[in-house]
Amino acid sequence: MQDNSMVLFDIQDLCKSFGELKVLEHISTRICQGEVVVIVGPSGSGKSTFLRSLNLLEEPTGGKILFEGRDITDPKCDINRHRQKIGMVFQHFHLFPHKTILENMTLAPMKLLKKSKQEAEAKAMQLLERVGLEEKANAYPSQLSGGQKQRIAIVRSLCMDPDVMLFDEPTSALDPEMVGEVLNVMSDLARGGMTMVIVTHEMGFAKEVGTRIMFIDEGHIKEENTPKEFFANPVNPRLKEFLSKVL
Amino acid sequence: MQGFKEDFYLNFIKDDRWRYIADGLGTTFSVTFFAAVFGIFLGFLIALVRSTVDKGGSKSVFLKVLDGICKVYLTVIRGTPAMIQLLIMYYIVFSSPNVSKQVVAILTFGLNSAAYVAEIFRSGIMSIDQGQFEAGRSLGFSYAQTMLYIITPQAFKNVLPALANEFITLLKETSICGYIALTDITHGANTIRSQTYEPYLPLLGAALIYLIIVCVLTAGVSRLERRLRTDAR
Ligand SMILES: Nc1ncnc2c1ncn2[C@@H]1O[C@H](COP(=O)(O)OP(=O)(O)O)[C@@H](O)[C@H]1O
Ligand SMILES: [Mg+2]
Repeated sequence: MQDNSMVLFDIQDLCKSFGELKVLEHISTRICQGEVVVIVGPSGSGKSTFLRSLNLLEEPTGGKILFEGRDITDPKCDINRHRQKIGMVFQHFHLFPHKTILENMTLAPMKLLKKSKQEAEAKAMQLLERVGLEEKANAYPSQLSGGQKQRIAIVRSLCMDPDVMLFDEPTSALDPEMVGEVLNVMSDLARGGMTMVIVTHEMGFAKEVGTRIMFIDEGHIKEENTPKEFFANPVNPRLKEFLSKVL
Repeated sequence: MQGFKEDFYLNFIKDDRWRYIADGLGTTFSVTFFAAVFGIFLGFLIALVRSTVDKGGSKSVFLKVLDGICKVYLTVIRGTPAMIQLLIMYYIVFSSPNVSKQVVAILTFGLNSAAYVAEIFRSGIMSIDQGQFEAGRSLGFSYAQTMLYIITPQAFKNVLPALANEFITLLKETSICGYIALTDITHGANTIRSQTYEPYLPLLGAALIYLIIVCVLTAGVSRLERRLRTDAR
């Protein structure tokens, strides 16, 4: 791991329960600038809950999360300001259906960063070009395919210039032929140095793009390692079993 | 035919009796319109409080108390007839003779429709996918901003037809204005009947006027619904 100044998330003893159900139990880890952390694990093991805790969509029931040195679990902390720096991409895209693609992308920069319309649109168009969807600027989300929607969801987050991007199964809701186009955008992003935390079942992608793979099971990080080691020499028996099923 | 002409003359032309209906039409429209505006405004606020608490989006005690008050309000308004509400407003709440009857009617029907509008808006807000909310929050919008920019525009669009139908109902409901001696269409027609001792033309005429207004408005709502459906693509 890299030196302290590069730590984006410092997760200390994170716990989360829904009522009686303990989903995350005393998770501690750090996520540093430039890392591409891929989270894998069986369904229902708490991967989404962990990811959603990082921007406090789920409120932890114990422990601390420091983001860029500040404790975002502190009730006095202005979480809205920090969320501007933490992009998030969902399984089901969640584009705003009442707004055009361009409006989807410029809403937050204009309202939250107080950018002018021209400035926000220029940045949005530049990002649209990067993902090859500039001709969709004035379309509505319902006119796009799933893969296109997800690419837009990614660039919508990028319009806020986030320091880190969170992805929760970004390709799980897509038809198989559209998975590639979304993974390509994510690979590009990783190559560009973006810090990313990705929950996915795409093991090939994890191996190729990830800098660290994390196996979450029964509310714990049971194993984490470089992609090479993770897949070649798994130690935890549950991980071995998991890999034998998915590979 | 001769008889109809005479009746028509007696009921509507003689002594300018048509003015009762014309004035009544103005009253019906203005009471409905201002009550609707008031009802939308108040109903929207109630819906915001109710859905915020329903979603568990706030731990504020103040909001919970406010939510309790709203619930009582909705129960009382929806659990009693509009007519008794009108009489209570006129004879008890505004017992002073100086207050305009029209204002009393607008307030009564406004407070009344707010209760129905609130439930329409609330169901509209609750019907928006939670993911929309999370997408907004994850971009850095506050709860209020997310509601304002993302949730309510979609909710409003979804409930527009239900809202319009609510106001068509409201228009018919204002026909009880006569009980506080306010001349709306119904009361105007009834006044003519009492002067001419001739029930057919004034009452059937009034009914026809309501029917025409309602049909026009309903046709408007259907067009609106079709537009919204094609817009949604
Ligand atoms: N809002 C919630 N309320 C109650 N239980 C929940 C909630 N969200 C998730 N859970 C439960 O927490 C567990 C972990 O869920 P999740 O983090 O979504 O798993 P994963 O993403 O790994 O499939 C599951 O048992 C799920 O049913
Ligand atoms: Mg999940």
